[in-house]
Formats: sequence, structure tokens, C-alpha cells
Amino acid sequence: MAKEGLGLEITELRLGLPGGGTEKNEKKRVFSEISEEEENEKSNGPPELQSKSQVVGWPPVCSYRKKNSFGDKDGSKTSKFYVKVSMDGAPFLRKIDLALHKGYSDLAKALEKLFGEALRDAESCEFVPIYEDKDGDWMLAGDVPWEMFIESCKRLRIMKKADAKGFGVLQSREALNGTLK
Amino acid sequence: MNYFPDEVLEHVFDFITSHKDRNSVSLVCKSWYKIERYSRQRVFIGNCYSISPERLIARFPGLKSLTLKGKPHFADFNLVPHDWGGFVYPWIKALAKSRIGLEELRLKRMVVSDESLELLSKSFVNFKSLVLVSCEGFTTDGLAAIAANCRFLRELDLQENEVDDHRGHWLSCFPESCTSLISLNFACLRGEVNLGALERLVSRSPNLKSLRLNRAVPLDTLQKLLMRAPQLVDLGIGSYVHDPFSEVYNKLKIAIQRCKSIRSLSGFLEVAPHCMSAIYPICGNLTFLNLSYAPGLHGNKLMKLIQHCRKLQRLWILDCIGDKGLGVVALTCKELQELRVFPSDPFGAGNAAVTEEGLVLVSAGCPKLNSLLYFCQQMTNAALITVAKNCPNFIRFRLCILDPIKPDPVTNQPLDEGFGAIVQSCKGLKRLSLSGLLTDQVFLYIGMYAEQLEMLSIAFAADSDKGMLYVLNGCKKLRKLEIRDCPFGDAALLEDVGKYETMRSLWMSSCEVTLGGCKSVAEKMPSLNVEIIDECEQMEFNLDDKQKVDKMYLYRTLVGHRKDAPEYVSIL
Repeated sequence: MAKEGLGLEITELRLGLPGGGTEKNEKKRVFSEISEEEENEKSNGPPELQSKSQVVGWPPVCSYRKKNSFGDKDGSKTSKFYVKVSMDGAPFLRKIDLALHKGYSDLAKALEKLFGEALRDAESCEFVPIYEDKDGDWMLAGDVPWEMFIESCKRLRIMKKADAKGFGVLQSREALNGTLK
Repeated sequence: MNYFPDEVLEHVFDFITSHKDRNSVSLVCKSWYKIERYSRQRVFIGNCYSISPERLIARFPGLKSLTLKGKPHFADFNLVPHDWGGFVYPWIKALAKSRIGLEELRLKRMVVSDESLELLSKSFVNFKSLVLVSCEGFTTDGLAAIAANCRFLRELDLQENEVDDHRGHWLSCFPESCTSLISLNFACLRGEVNLGALERLVSRSPNLKSLRLNRAVPLDTLQKLLMRAPQLVDLGIGSYVHDPFSEVYNKLKIAIQRCKSIRSLSGFLEVAPHCMSAIYPICGNLTFLNLSYAPGLHGNKLMKLIQHCRKLQRLWILDCIGDKGLGVVALTCKELQELRVFPSDPFGAGNAAVTEEGLVLVSAGCPKLNSLLYFCQQMTNAALITVAKNCPNFIRFRLCILDPIKPDPVTNQPLDEGFGAIVQSCKGLKRLSLSGLLTDQVFLYIGMYAEQLEMLSIAFAADSDKGMLYVLNGCKKLRKLEIRDCPFGDAALLEDVGKYETMRSLWMSSCEVTLGGCKSVAEKMPSLNVEIIDECEQMEFNLDDKQKVDKMYLYRTLVGHRKDAPEYVSIL
């Protein structure tokens, strides 16, 4: 669970000043810093095997064991968490199964895959992932632990940072730095 | 021997208990066949579709104990659709109609309905033992029928089944007159049980040797049960959560100390690590410890526990034990024969906490090691070569690297040499599972050296048909071969179709075999069922022989095509 400090990195990234984040000269990608971190940990397999959760039946653990030896949840890992994902500027919405992803960084990669073209074509590459929770409020993604997030997320929206000001979701960088202990 | 009356031969055959030996005995001559079949009480059928219940009953009228296996092994990993087959009902129905006095039924990977259980419970007066492993399709209502109707029940053993728990009263269905229980294992049930009924049942079962509880049984009930059953040999703890300063916990300590016969311990489905010291007094006698469902137990508490277990022969554990913890195992458990390390978080990149180091430590410290199942983050050739040298006695060697095509991280080479060392050194190796980056070379080694190999599991390996051919040509004792995601095609499949009749089964999924190739096998070998499992139903629209087959399962059979296959299975 301690690993989910990654949530903070998402917020930090989003408020990054233009050109002030990564030093590498790559195509500007929305969640590039987080994706890089995971890239370094993974081995050089073909792309379809890098996201282990996508390979059916691997690792070969029987389904009874899968449901019963990872934490105390009773079978909730087998349920699906499909939510709609919209992106400002993209012609249509997508759906994504949150249960298939292990954490925020994994989600970030998946969103990039889904909206890659639209992200690259957009003029300004600053985006904010927000989600609508069970109460109908729009929240910044990344604050709560992953498990809590997938339970409460009803839909996702990738919003242009420029539009975010009107939403009242973002704080000034100083205020946010204050909350990042 | 021909001059002895039948009764004498029968008496001699009584001493021959292994299935293989009895099968051999029956082949010697007609009279031995006849005597053997009338005296046979235990039959093992590794593939329920290889023979029919009617023929079984006809041949072995004295049958008392039947073991049946249904779905192929890869069904465990969701590679076989739910309703593929393996129904036990026709077997129970046929046995019930006959005069067979069934006493024991052991099933693995079969579909068991409540109806089957009810019929079973009512049809055999002397029924004593029901063992269900990795089965599905029944609810606690079926268990209630078994409890209520099997007056002489000795064993009810449920292992890793998917049971629909109606939270009913099944445990209360054991009548007061039922005092014969020796073994009761309901650890896989998720629902509540009537704790009072459980206590009374245990109280009136003086022969109870094995008791495995589910997580709905709290610690204070455990304490009461142990007080009533100090003769237990095998204990599975359900919930082990309590305040270590409470009266209940003190009582538990006393109760556990009385259980001097416990040799096998499992469960801890919910665990408070600070309560483990109560267990220490019995650890010194343990020969089997299964903590693979106890993710709450790790770090120092886990290591301290293991340090008390000097006589351990079998250890099942989660990988949160870490390489360091395996080092403790190596120092403490000098009698260790079997080690299984399961993943605690199979999808957590970088979270897996054991590597080749832990395995090397155990191999160095535990010279009697002969059976291994090891899920790990990575493996090196050097480590495997060392392990092969330290432990030449492996019978089962199953390695699972979480990234299935990961090379040796130090040299970036495939793991061919490492596994090659294992098969060359371990001359008695019967079961092997491979993973990591592997080329055709490893299969050359396997074909050359693995003379006793009976079961081989391959995934994401090899470069060409040669790999499969090396194995089929070399491993004379091969019985089960299961392959997924390898570049083996028709050339390999068709090279020696006669070989498949000497094996129980062959599974190939996501390989390069075509419909035409499979048809060819089916044509040449009428004694095989060649099943094509096509969930997406592509085959319906496109019957092109050149089309690749997603999943093929072939097995030898004496009774031809089965009639219970679902629509998406074609038997060629």
C-alpha cells in the first residue's frame, strides 16, 4: 500500500511548469514521468507482455488461490469496474476496466494508449485526470489509495488544464506543495 | 504360480496396492486378469473421458474406492471455458444403479452438482469418504445431504473448491449418531457455520484426526475445539485474530499445548501476527506447514515461527517470506523435502520478493529437497546450475518466473543451460514446468536427459518445431504434455501421432497448429479424441484447414467421442 504514494506524483506532474519537468527530449506525454519509472523496472519483453495482468492465465495461479490469498477481500477482485472515460477534444468516449489496473501509473499508461492520438494532436499537452465519485462530485485523481479510488470512481474525464481553472479543482502550486509533506 | 488356487493368488495380490503394479499384474495372463479384476477395490482414472462408468463397473465389481479427474490442468488458469465438461453425475448415477458398494470417491477438477451429492449420499450404505479437490458446481445444500445421509462418514475433505455457500445449516445436518468422523476439512467455504453444531460434532468424534476450519470460525471457538480434540494430527486454523492479552488467548495457549500429536498445520486465513507465540510449542513437531493463505504473516514474525520448525518436511509459503526468510528456512529445516513458494501479489511489478538467491540458499541448506514449486521475480543460469548440483534428487521441479520470457538478468541469456543442468543432474525427475526466456536448446536437453519425465508444462518458449520434437522423441515415459504460446505447428504435431496413444493427454493453446493438422491426427488415430475448443466460434464461419487452432486438447480413450461436449467444442 505504501507504493501508492504515486498518487502524489500525478498531482505534482500536472502542475509542472512548461519545460520544467523531465529533462529528456521525448515527445511530451501526459504521464511520462510515472511511465518512465515503471519502464525501468520492467524487462525487455514484447509490448503485449509488459502489462502482466493482460496475459490470460499467467502467472499460473489457480483461481481459488487468486481469490483467497491476496488480502481479505472476498472475491471482489473478480468483479469488473468499467467506467466511461471522456477526453476534451476527443470525438468519442471510451470505456476502461479499472479492476484490470494495479495503480495510478498503470491507469495512466492505459489512458495514454486509449487517447494517444488525441493527446499528441492537442495543442497544449497539459491535462488533468478527474473523476466523478459516488456523491457526484468531481475529484482530482490520485489523492486516495487505489483500492478506494476504484470503488468510488463512476466516470473519468481527461480535462484540459486550461479549462480546469473554472472547475475550482486545482490549487496554486504553493498551496499544493504545502499539502505534499 | 499357475498351480495355486485362486484364493491364494488373490491373497498375494492383496499385497500389491499400487495402481501401476496391479495394472501390470492384470496383463500377465487371462487367469491373473480375472483374479485381479475381482479382487480390485481401488481404481484411479486420470481422465474421466478415457473410459465409461459402465465399463468400469463391468470390469471391477468389487470396486470400493474411485478416483476421477476431469478438466485438463490448464483449466486452473482460466484457459478452459467453464462448462467444458467433467461432470460427475453420470458416474454416480451408473454406480448407484449397479451393485457396487462404493465407499470412497475422490474427485479433482470435476463439476459436481448438488444433485450428484444427494444421489451419492443416498445410494451407498457404507459410503465413508468424499474428497473434492478444485471442483465446482455444488452448494452447501449438497454438503448437507452428505452430512445427513452418510451414516458412517469418516472423511469429508474439501480442498480449494468453488462452493456456493448458502450459509445454511449443513454442519448441523450431521446426526447425533454420527461419531465416526476422522477427517473434516471445510476451509474453502466462505460462509458462516453453526459454531455450536461444530463444537458438538467435534466432541462426539473421538477418532477425529484432521480438522481444517474456514475463516468464519473465530479464535475462541478454535480454543474450545482444541480442548475437545487434543488428539488431532492435522489442524487448519480459520481465523486467528485476537487480543493477545485476553483470557481467551490464554486458554488457547493451554489448549494448543495439549495437542502433542499435531504434525500438520495450515490456514491462518485471517491472522494477527502478534499472537503467533501460542503456536510455538507445537512447531517442533510439525512436518507440514502451509501458510500460503496467510498474507498477513510475514517479516520477523514469520521467520520466528519458522525457526521453531526444525522437523519440517513440507513447507508451503507466500513469497513475502523473501530471500532472507528462505535463508532462515535453509538454516532451520534440514529435513525439508518439499517447498512451494506462491506469489502474494502476482500482478505487482517488482513486488515479488523472492529471487534466485532464496532458492540457492534452500538448495544448499536442505539436501533432501525433492519437490519444488517456485514463483519468483527472476532466475539465473548460475543459480539453476548450483541448485542442480546441490539437489540431484528432484522429482518435481516447477519454476514460474512472473515475467514469463525473462532471460537471465545477469547475462541476458536464455535459461536453457540452467534447466539443462537440472534435467541432467536430477535423474529421477518426473515433473517439470519451465519459464523464462527459452530456446529450442532447452528441449534438446530435456529430450536427451529427462528419461523419467512424466509431465511437462511449457509456456512462451522455443523457436521452432524442433523444440517439441526433441521432447516427443526423447521422453519415453511422457504422459502429460501441456503447451501454451509456443511456435509449434503441424510438423511437430504430426511427426509421431502414435506417441499420443502412450500418453494420457496433450494440450496445445495459442500455438501454430492448424485445423488441418488436428484433423490429420484424428484421422490417423481413432483411439484419440481430438478436441478443438473454440470459444469465439470462429470455426463455425470459417472451416479452412489452414486456420490456426486456438486451443486443442487430445487424449486417448476407449470409448470414443464424448456426448456431453458444449457447442464450442468440436471433436474431430
